Amino acid sequence: MGIDLSSLDITIAVTGLKTGDNPQPGVPVIRSIKNAGFKGKIVGLVYDSLESGIYLDDFADEIYQMPYPSAGAEAFISRMDYILSRCKIDVIIPTLDAEVILYIRLQNELSKRGIHSYLPTEECFILRDKTKLGSYFPPKGIQVPQSILVSDPAQIAKVGEEISYPLMVKGRYYEAFKAYSALEALEYFHDIAGRWGTPLIFQKVVPGDEYNIVIVGDGEGGMIGNVPQKKLVITDKGKGFGGVVVQNAELDEFADKVIREMKWRGPCELEVMKGFDGVYYLIEINPRFPAWVRLAEGAGQNQPAAVVLKALGKEVDKLPPYRPGTLFVRHAEDIIADISTMGQVSAKSELIKKER
Amino acid sequence: MNDNGFIFDPNTGYSYTTNETGMFIMRRIAQGETREQIMNELCEEYDCSADHFNSDFDHFMLMLDALDLIDFEALNNGN
Repeated sequence: MGIDLSSLDITIAVTGLKTGDNPQPGVPVIRSIKNAGFKGKIVGLVYDSLESGIYLDDFADEIYQMPYPSAGAEAFISRMDYILSRCKIDVIIPTLDAEVILYIRLQNELSKRGIHSYLPTEECFILRDKTKLGSYFPPKGIQVPQSILVSDPAQIAKVGEEISYPLMVKGRYYEAFKAYSALEALEYFHDIAGRWGTPLIFQKVVPGDEYNIVIVGDGEGGMIGNVPQKKLVITDKGKGFGGVVVQNAELDEFADKVIREMKWRGPCELEVMKGFDGVYYLIEINPRFPAWVRLAEGAGQNQPAAVVLKALGKEVDKLPPYRPGTLFVRHAEDIIADISTMGQVSAKSELIKKER
Repeated sequence: MNDNGFIFDPNTGYSYTTNETGMFIMRRIAQGETREQIMNELCEEYDCSADHFNSDFDHFMLMLDALDLIDFEALNNGN
């Protein structure tokens, strides 16, 4: 028996409603919540009037535009207070990497306003920073590919000697490219540093099979749910547009160990590489649900619904075992709407789609 | 493995397809039959010689072993 949210008469806010070639997790998170029988109000929090989830029928009841996280806490709280003057929010699920830290730091402020979330502590969040992975995890017996932080392009020649080419050039927050030479690495350095700042992470390429695991941690070292998948369809941007749930005891054990060490609370995604040397390597920990989270629901674990209950302080049993062989294939479709909908969001920064 | 010869390895996420003869052999391996039992049944069903069977069977086993779909040593030890 899955989680049933049909008796919850509350308002749930979710961020990140853009789908398309680089999909955000908000739309699938809302779908999973609705598929748990939720009949209350859904509020979509967006940054851009063209986030596609705004235009879906029978989806979000109200849409509010938020200031970008870089605008800071004051602008965030001020906007949230305005939204609360229009409608109450009981639970909020942030789904974008760059905003999660703001929601963590403002948990008390939000809680005073009656808004609950289920997120890790700030200390825990910082441990999964890409610049920290290489130093924190290996002493705990969790392997991470050899990584060197690069802040100055003058370091690149020396780094190339320590990590042979090809190597990965990764931004601190987003983007990663495989560089086959020092010249390519230099180009990627300037490209990524220009957008996301420094340091960048230069990482050894581990040949092997990549797996992704969506997890809800209980904050005490345990997992409320975990579903591992292998990507079957990968776009030229490296996004998984199809995948299948696998069942591998070593992978489950690896995920269990990472979460146990961190005592992660809330949703996250582990990117893991099983090297051809047979060793499992931790590549990244994303501090939110992935865009493929509906695969977890399809495999028997409605993790977004579990997070809603945990945010409300309710007890949630460990989710049932996932069903290996469950498959997802992402399907992109055009939504037809009137330009006035976009105009309403652009001009008013809000859209009331359905009065309740 | 389904009736069409589609094989999903839940351990790795890889999938494969095999033909009718491959299905015939894999089902019997799964049932714990020995190489000799499989040879007798297959040669009777498809009218092939022992030499022909041995050559193709070894090749097929090596392929399954390379894909981690069977425990080759256990099979050779008759387990």
